[in-house]
Amino acid sequence: MAEVLVYVDHVDGAVRKPTLELLTLARRIGDPVAVALGAGAENTAAALAEHGAVKVLTADAPEFADYLVVPKVDALQAAYEAVSPAAVLVPSSAEGKEIAARLAVRIGSGIITDAVDLEAGDEGPVATQSAFAASFTTKSRVSKGTPVITVKPNSAAVEAAPAAGAVEALSVTFSALATGTKVTSRTPRESTGRPELTEAAIVVSGGRGVNGAENFSVIEALADSLGAAVGASRAAVDAGWYPHSNQVGQTGKSVSPQLYIANGISGAIQHRAGMQTSKTIVAVNKDAEAPIFDLVDYGVVGDLFQVVPQLTEEVTSRKG
Amino acid sequence: MSLRIVVCVKYVPDATGDRHFADDLTVDRDDVDGLLSELDEYAVEQALQIADEADDAEITVLTVGPEDAKDALRKALSMGADKAVHVEDDDLHGTDVIGTSLVLAKAVEKTGYDLVICGMASTDGTMGVLPALLAERLGVPQVTLLSEVSVEDGVVKGRRDGDTASEQLEASLPAVVSVTDQSGEARYPSFKGIMAAKKKPVESLDLGDLDLEADEVGLEGAWTAVDSAAQRPARTAGTIVKDEGEGGKQLAEFLASQKFI
Repeated sequence: MAEVLVYVDHVDGAVRKPTLELLTLARRIGDPVAVALGAGAENTAAALAEHGAVKVLTADAPEFADYLVVPKVDALQAAYEAVSPAAVLVPSSAEGKEIAARLAVRIGSGIITDAVDLEAGDEGPVATQSAFAASFTTKSRVSKGTPVITVKPNSAAVEAAPAAGAVEALSVTFSALATGTKVTSRTPRESTGRPELTEAAIVVSGGRGVNGAENFSVIEALADSLGAAVGASRAAVDAGWYPHSNQVGQTGKSVSPQLYIANGISGAIQHRAGMQTSKTIVAVNKDAEAPIFDLVDYGVVGDLFQVVPQLTEEVTSRKG
Repeated sequence: MSLRIVVCVKYVPDATGDRHFADDLTVDRDDVDGLLSELDEYAVEQALQIADEADDAEITVLTVGPEDAKDALRKALSMGADKAVHVEDDDLHGTDVIGTSLVLAKAVEKTGYDLVICGMASTDGTMGVLPALLAERLGVPQVTLLSEVSVEDGVVKGRRDGDTASEQLEASLPAVVSVTDQSGEARYPSFKGIMAAKKKPVESLDLGDLDLEADEVGLEGAWTAVDSAAQRPARTAGTIVKDEGEGGKQLAEFLASQKFI
């Protein structure tokens, strides 16, 4: 069976969930060969093997942390040349997409980004994508070279599929451009203890109607009662009420959870672009005419400061 | 020496319009009004600020697109860019991102540059990979997705706010930069700016001017193929209730019925 390269997104050896989802999709096309780079790369092997990686190629060097993107492209290219895979799959993070794009042009291949599903096809893997703020669904293929495809989080279920996962050292020669962009300092984002926004099963978001940074505690309380991630609309972020890293929408994160709860969010096209593919959508808004109500499975027209705390209390007591 | 800044911009269908695909599954650019991609306004703004700080700078705004794409160039010129380059050729119809990066790289090289500035993504294709592709093709550093950017003594510095960390980056010019919508509100063109833009030069280039062949670009030259595009079925109308004091409890009841609690 053909091999499929899977680029591993991990933090010091802890494999992030979208990579495990990628392994599920990769197994539809061939045998997954994982590529893990940087500090702790070898520690990824157990989790990757458990989810279907037949091999785990690892490399560590200071360049991966000290310089932007290009060292990782060099390594992925080395893996591509060593394996001659049927496809290269990369998680659709900002960095993942940049790595994938540079690899594609180097190896003379087309690229598809932000796939939400992937199937084997007669002419190579067929990727499903959402277009125009998720109002369209397209099916596309790479028609030249080895398909390079980036896949969004929550596009497939994580499945156990034990495989050998033999660790092999990947030999990487860095290109002249590898040290072009220096990372002079790095400040890790402080953990909130809540799930990662793009990976969460439930997202609770606040918008203009939250009306102040201090009021976001109402949104956070509901999120915590449900074990959810917290999101914010662009209006709330631009007002300085919540960090940009939590922004849902066209210029923030695109989420596709099982349940999305929009509070005080009108539902402008830019916001819908980031949440419209959520499975179940619920909204609380004072304005009965807000466009968000066109999307919802259940909506409450009312004051979020009345409705949301009552909901939080109800959730807590039902769970208790 | 003058700092040569090239800002790459895209003319896109208005996101608030009824966007759809044409019969050949390319983005329909006829039925919906086009405009300068909102995210590229941030790139123009940062170019203007960098030029203000430099002793001597010249901003060229560059686009690849049909005749109407001149509107996007005019908008950027009215914001304050100095001149424009428009790559326009019937054979470009249907070009994918790989092809677009090839055309832009050729046009940037022909124009001459120290710094290329792009927006974080287009609002129609939304891939966000063009700046990285352009850096790869030009063989210069990529300093992308910056929420802060500055240029001093031939070095570009900026802050990239990533998923897990915020990074300070720096690279020597020439380089390719992209900026996010967090980089600073874009200015509105002044009346004076709009009038001045009408007199600013717009150079037109075709594939021949860039030593490119028709089969390297366009729908036929694309390295990806779209097989189908279907409108998502409208979400079925949900239940809407007015809060009469029990709204939170009713919502909880719904979530319980869907097994979320």
